[in-house]
Amino acid sequence: MRLQYPSSVKIIRVPCTGKIDILHILRAFEKGADGVYAVGCMEGDCHYNSGNFRARKRVEQAQKILNTIGVSGERVQMYNLSSSEGPLFAEIAQEMTERIRKLGPNPIKQAMKKAA
Amino acid sequence: MIVADKKPIEEIVEEVKDCDNILILGCNECVTVCEAGGKKEVGILASALRMYFLNQGKDMKIDERTLERQCDQEYLDEIRDIADQYDAIVSLACGVGVQFTAEQYHSIPIYPGVNTCFLGATEERGLWTERCQACGQCVLARTGGICPVSRCAKRLLNGPCGGSSNGMCEISKELACGWQLIVNRLEALDKMDDYEKIFPIKDWSTDRAGGPRKVVREDVQI
Repeated sequence: MRLQYPSSVKIIRVPCTGKIDILHILRAFEKGADGVYAVGCMEGDCHYNSGNFRARKRVEQAQKILNTIGVSGERVQMYNLSSSEGPLFAEIAQEMTERIRKLGPNPIKQAMKKAA
Repeated sequence: MIVADKKPIEEIVEEVKDCDNILILGCNECVTVCEAGGKKEVGILASALRMYFLNQGKDMKIDERTLERQCDQEYLDEIRDIADQYDAIVSLACGVGVQFTAEQYHSIPIYPGVNTCFLGATEERGLWTERCQACGQCVLARTGGICPVSRCAKRLLNGPCGGSSNGMCEISKELACGWQLIVNRLEALDKMDDYEKIFPIKDWSTDRAGGPRKVVREDVQI
């Protein structure tokens, strides 16, 4: 399909979104990521039955923690799509990039620069 | 196991905000199983605190460590060499671990990172319920393996009371009447004769009524 999506999106492959832990998301922000989104299978279509539901819960928990510590929880999102939906994948990457652009850079990254 | 719940991050922030160098100390036992104070929760809390203080313009050094247990001296000794370098330790162990750590390290403030709740079981992931109040005189042999001290809101030994309706307790429609559970179980075991026996007055001196308790076992002492 040779679809275009923003080059700022870095893909980290996991066997299932159920593998994603809150700590993975938090560490990404600690290391300066501006946003994180998990792309899992459609709800009800998880190859491991409930991996994508676990991921959604963990994304929600990470959002709560980020809101508490002054980094907008909106920077973390969960999306569900099937593996055949390439165009939607590119669309989501675009949508997420725009969402993060509106929110601006990760305040932790800026604080780190100031501290250094 | 001892069941604990996470403390809000804001509460922990309030305790440690004036420190420059802290240690988040987890425990590999009960609090790991109830997902409140194990290695993973230590990592999450440390990461959240690091980002919070960085965001506030404060460069706080936050280290992570998880011990096998905090209620045993030999494991607590593992941080003997490093403890002095911290302004405070946030212990994610149960109240026992927090206190025992504080007893071993006199000069460092130890703050609790969890709320210790009760002795309970994992009914399902994310749901823990109370099963024992450590009264020191177990009556489970007579009650079909269901504890009236922890499962009955009134701790009745000859129940149920008049507040039991349709198998539920009057204090909450979602709480099963402990004595209804006991009767059901005794019926299933064909041991309703046990129900007819009146419990004598229980010696509550082995419960909290007798003050802080201790168990002395000379046979295992060295």
